[in-house]
Amino acid sequence: MSADAISPVAGTATLIKRCFARLKQEGRCALMPFLVAGDPDLATTRASLLALQGAGADLIELGIPYSDPLADGPVIQASAGRALTSGTTPGRVLEMLASLKGELHTPVVLFTYSNPLLSRGMERFCQEAAAAGAAGLVVPDLPLEETAKLSPLAAAQGLDLVLLVAPTTPAERMVRIAAASCGFTYLVSVTGVTGTRTSLEGRVEGLVQQLKAMGPTPVAVGFGIATADQARQVRDWGADGAIVGSALVKVMAAAAAASPQEPAPATATAAAAFCAELRAALDH
Amino acid sequence: MGALPPGCFLRWNPLAPPPVTSTIPALTVDPAALEPAVRPNALGRFGQFGGQYVPETLIPALAELEAAAAEAWQDPAFTERLNHLLKHYVGRPTPLYEAERLNEHYRRPEGGPRIWLKREDLNHTGAHKINNALGQALLALRMGKKRIIAETGAGQHGVATATVCARFGLECVIYMGAEDMRRQALNVVRMRLLGATVEPVTAGTATLKDATSEAIRDWVTNVETTHYILGSVAGPHPFPMLVRDFHAVIGVETKRQCQEAFGRLPDVLVACVGGGSNAMGLFHPFVQDTSVRLIGVEAAGDGVATGRHAATITEGRVGVLHGAMSLLLQDGDGQVQEAHSISAGLDYPGVGPEHSYFKEIGRAEYGAVTDSEALAALQLVCKLEGIIPALETAHAFAWLDSLCPTLAPGTEVVLNLSGRGDKDVNTVADKLGDQLGR
Repeated sequence: MSADAISPVAGTATLIKRCFARLKQEGRCALMPFLVAGDPDLATTRASLLALQGAGADLIELGIPYSDPLADGPVIQASAGRALTSGTTPGRVLEMLASLKGELHTPVVLFTYSNPLLSRGMERFCQEAAAAGAAGLVVPDLPLEETAKLSPLAAAQGLDLVLLVAPTTPAERMVRIAAASCGFTYLVSVTGVTGTRTSLEGRVEGLVQQLKAMGPTPVAVGFGIATADQARQVRDWGADGAIVGSALVKVMAAAAAASPQEPAPATATAAAAFCAELRAALDH
Repeated sequence: MGALPPGCFLRWNPLAPPPVTSTIPALTVDPAALEPAVRPNALGRFGQFGGQYVPETLIPALAELEAAAAEAWQDPAFTERLNHLLKHYVGRPTPLYEAERLNEHYRRPEGGPRIWLKREDLNHTGAHKINNALGQALLALRMGKKRIIAETGAGQHGVATATVCARFGLECVIYMGAEDMRRQALNVVRMRLLGATVEPVTAGTATLKDATSEAIRDWVTNVETTHYILGSVAGPHPFPMLVRDFHAVIGVETKRQCQEAFGRLPDVLVACVGGGSNAMGLFHPFVQDTSVRLIGVEAAGDGVATGRHAATITEGRVGVLHGAMSLLLQDGDGQVQEAHSISAGLDYPGVGPEHSYFKEIGRAEYGAVTDSEALAALQLVCKLEGIIPALETAHAFAWLDSLCPTLAPGTEVVLNLSGRGDKDVNTVADKLGDQLGR
């Protein structure tokens, strides 16, 4: 049997699984920044992705802007609005991502709401995302019951479909989600939408422990982690990854606004500086 | 032009000769598709439509709500209390009133249809919306939730929700688009008088779509203490079913009243459709009576061809908005488009999933009328019947212009007069100022 006949994914761990396996060996917690593609333009996003890689990001969550982001607070809503205003489309985001092949080695997880995914066609979206080099998908408005169609399509392309668990999720349901989630399980740390919080809810620690006891899938905590101290706290609670979204988006938006003529270099620099600060905290 | 095929799309064409049907078109819908057990099925779906496309945080609350509703409907204490309040607080049953001068208006030499108005405008708070707000408030009390949130477009659902919250001593927050607050200033005052907090929503288009998104975000954040009284047959399961079931009293009464008035089922039901709650409430008890034509009328705004409209069923593609799969006004990339209508209550780019299902299986027909057609109809009804209908309802009346010439003499038509138009007089005055002698 020739090598060509072997499916590119069959029998091999996905990019995300390999990433978490390596981090586990090294005893480190994954730093997972989130940014919205196209805010304020895709050239800025491109430069920022490389800057985040250089500053120690382990995985990057890349948001595809959507007109009605139900799970997002004001910071990411505004970011998506700016991205849409500048003409960002799912197709252009995937083109930009594809253009980074060979340069961007950090696994990228695409964060998209259901409707852009459905509109493009789930199968086509998965094919194009995989071809562009994406490693996984997070769909915040697609709970376990609605994943029946998407799961096999994503798996066929070697994309990890990451599912979310919330503080309101009952334990028996948490078991089923953890079992179905690929790559890692995304633990939403707050009962609420994305956005920075001054402190994390104490019950997150218990949730992390509960999820980790349910199986080998790594657990990454997101929604509400804004500072280096909070990132370190979720690491100490046993999380395998810390996702930082709104706080980073805010830092990048301020840098972009200060350099409206050419936002890319300043935004990428600001993103790298914030990422490095988080990295240092997580490795401390 | 002969009989219109079932489920055909009727579009107002003033140049076409009026087709006249001598018989009611035979429907060919598979009866199995109309069974209550599949509307929705166990997964909360009406065919491919419906479902629960919401953040995980809300899933347990939706399950709790579904269980609470199922249990409540089985509890005579609940249904008795609901019925008592519907009668003594809301003022039900509402009359089924024969619009004799409209009959006259549409009469041809050989005769014409008889038009009956289901007077939901005579409910407490002036629209059908209170049927659902009252029912859901009673459910919230059962679930022990003391804080209520709701979205509103025209303000009628917001007023109804604020009303029942006042009645039961519940905290009430209403999300309303800033643009709608301007268009429906009177209703904003009413909600505040009733003790509700009205939260302006400036995101996106500052209309019903954005108010709904913001209400859902509030619910995601406060789900453990808060019940969301969603105001249409839209949103994630179980809302399309729940809201329909609370409004089904409209159709149940209509069926009985038709029997009393003319001894049989009506032939045609007509209602306006934004999200589709008043239409679904009227249609629901008739869905399996396939001799009854069901017609929903959407808002064509400036005209469907202009792109500035809210005719979701007419022009939409399958998509997901606010937790349900349904038809949706969206661009090629799946971004939700802005809707346009003179009527704030119809200014919504989505529609309830069961309407999309009825369209798909051919059980109901859907058409659209423009802002100016609705305004003309509003004036006609004022002058002929002494009733100022809501601008939303005026869309259903406007459909009579194209429908009535196609109906055989003696056809019994029931139109859901879903709300009164007092809230709209400023909008109407702006449009018709000179004609009103200002």
